[in-house]
Amino acid sequence: MSVPIRILKPLLFLLCLGPVGYLVYAVAFLPADAFGANPQSAVTDMMGDWTLRFVLITLAVTPLRKITGWNSAVRYRRMFGLFAFFYSFLHFLTYVWFTENFVVSDIVADVVKRPFITVGFLAFVLMIPLAITSTKKWISRIGGKRWQRLHQAIYITGILGVIHYIWRVKSDIERPLIYALLLALLLGFRLWHKLRRAPVLR
Amino acid sequence: MLIKKSNDIPSSEITDESVWNNRREFLKRLSAVTGAAAIGSVLPACVSAEPAPQAAAAKPASGKFDVDEPKTPEKDVTNFNNYYEFGQGKDEPGLNAGKFKTAPWTVRVDGVKKPATYALDDLLKLSTLEDRVYRMRCVEGWSMVIPWHGYALADIIKKLEPVPSAKFVEFRSIVAPDQMPGQRDPFIGLKWPYIEGLRLDEAMNPLAFFAVGVYGHKGPNQNGAPVRLVTPWKYGFKGVKAITTIRFVERAPRSTWMDQAPSEYGFYANVNPNVDHPRWSQATEKRLGGATSLFGALLANPQRKTLMFNGYSDQVASMYAGMDLKANY
Repeated sequence: MSVPIRILKPLLFLLCLGPVGYLVYAVAFLPADAFGANPQSAVTDMMGDWTLRFVLITLAVTPLRKITGWNSAVRYRRMFGLFAFFYSFLHFLTYVWFTENFVVSDIVADVVKRPFITVGFLAFVLMIPLAITSTKKWISRIGGKRWQRLHQAIYITGILGVIHYIWRVKSDIERPLIYALLLALLLGFRLWHKLRRAPVLR
Repeated sequence: MLIKKSNDIPSSEITDESVWNNRREFLKRLSAVTGAAAIGSVLPACVSAEPAPQAAAAKPASGKFDVDEPKTPEKDVTNFNNYYEFGQGKDEPGLNAGKFKTAPWTVRVDGVKKPATYALDDLLKLSTLEDRVYRMRCVEGWSMVIPWHGYALADIIKKLEPVPSAKFVEFRSIVAPDQMPGQRDPFIGLKWPYIEGLRLDEAMNPLAFFAVGVYGHKGPNQNGAPVRLVTPWKYGFKGVKAITTIRFVERAPRSTWMDQAPSEYGFYANVNPNVDHPRWSQATEKRLGGATSLFGALLANPQRKTLMFNGYSDQVASMYAGMDLKANY
């Protein structure tokens, strides 16, 4: 790639901040009904959507490398993964704020009782160790192979995230199915590669 | 409304019917004394006014069916709708229903003394036009306060004279895939026509309402024009829209949502904070609309407690006395 990383990376970083930047802009400048009659729900959904999108973007790095041979794409992967975590945190925050009024007992009860919240919460919690161990220091501390295996937990986060979305909707499963399809393609690519006895994937 | 704290209304605070009646009586006397317009012309006008403070005798009081809570602004009532025939998104009915043809409109009525196909106006003539401000609680966990424009259902049913064997009434919505994009969308898993039903005594309850519009006028189409059901003590999906068929029957109709997910949506669908949807809690709700800024709408609108029968216990609870409401959800 001709664009050097020291230029492309900050650009991508700003682009990844776009959704939250738009939210700040909307609160500052747009009218009360900019997000419709239920803006809390709209913002919570928006953050959930961006979580899934960044999980998919992160998972797309390896197939992109294999297909295009652009190996330095891996240098952006951590950033995408951390943005997935960032948006999942905002998604969780808006949920406990808008829906639960920060009442801990209600949050616990819902997480335990509601399967769609349970799987969403698990998907979020699974990302915490990945975010913590995302630094170079942690890679060498854990060891490359084991670190890689640990970070394959993002597959489970992706699957749980899609299930969370499908279980949440009433009957309009079109959008969750699109995410499910993309996730299946990205995970399927890995499986296909593995079955071809390709070298270990990152 | 979004600035103030959540104001749950215990049923004890809901104005007793006798008080309302007294107020009507008072107004009647007032009009007799002052020679003002007859009561019939005073009351409908009241509804479009802001909810009157309790003691303001000079201001016209609202009708006895009106909720004394801030109304959801018309733009929210008409742009945030669940009406899958016009699309799944909340904004889609408002965007797609504009050209829907609501006239001429006929309604087929069966299971009555004289089964017939009525011109809608002839059917509605059996009752009188009025405005009522009702709470609306969606099964998804949000709520509004909507001024409906329409007719008491009980008046219409009485004059239709259901056959003696009738125990239930079934309502069917129009099937018009050429006009309704949602009915052409294979991803919307509902079957058409949209079907809903009530027990006959529920349909005869004074609260049951046939709405032809909101905010004192007919329409708009996304709110169910030309005629829809409103049962404010039940979840919003009971409010079948664009009704073309009414049948008085012996057995409970199978509604569209019962068909879609029988474990999640039952025949009664009464608003009940103690009976959760299998996938989410029904204990609380989000009251929509009325914020002056996006900031306020986001940060100053906490969940409020959902009321039993959506706050209409006094009027409807007796119909369900002795029933297991967990089993009959």
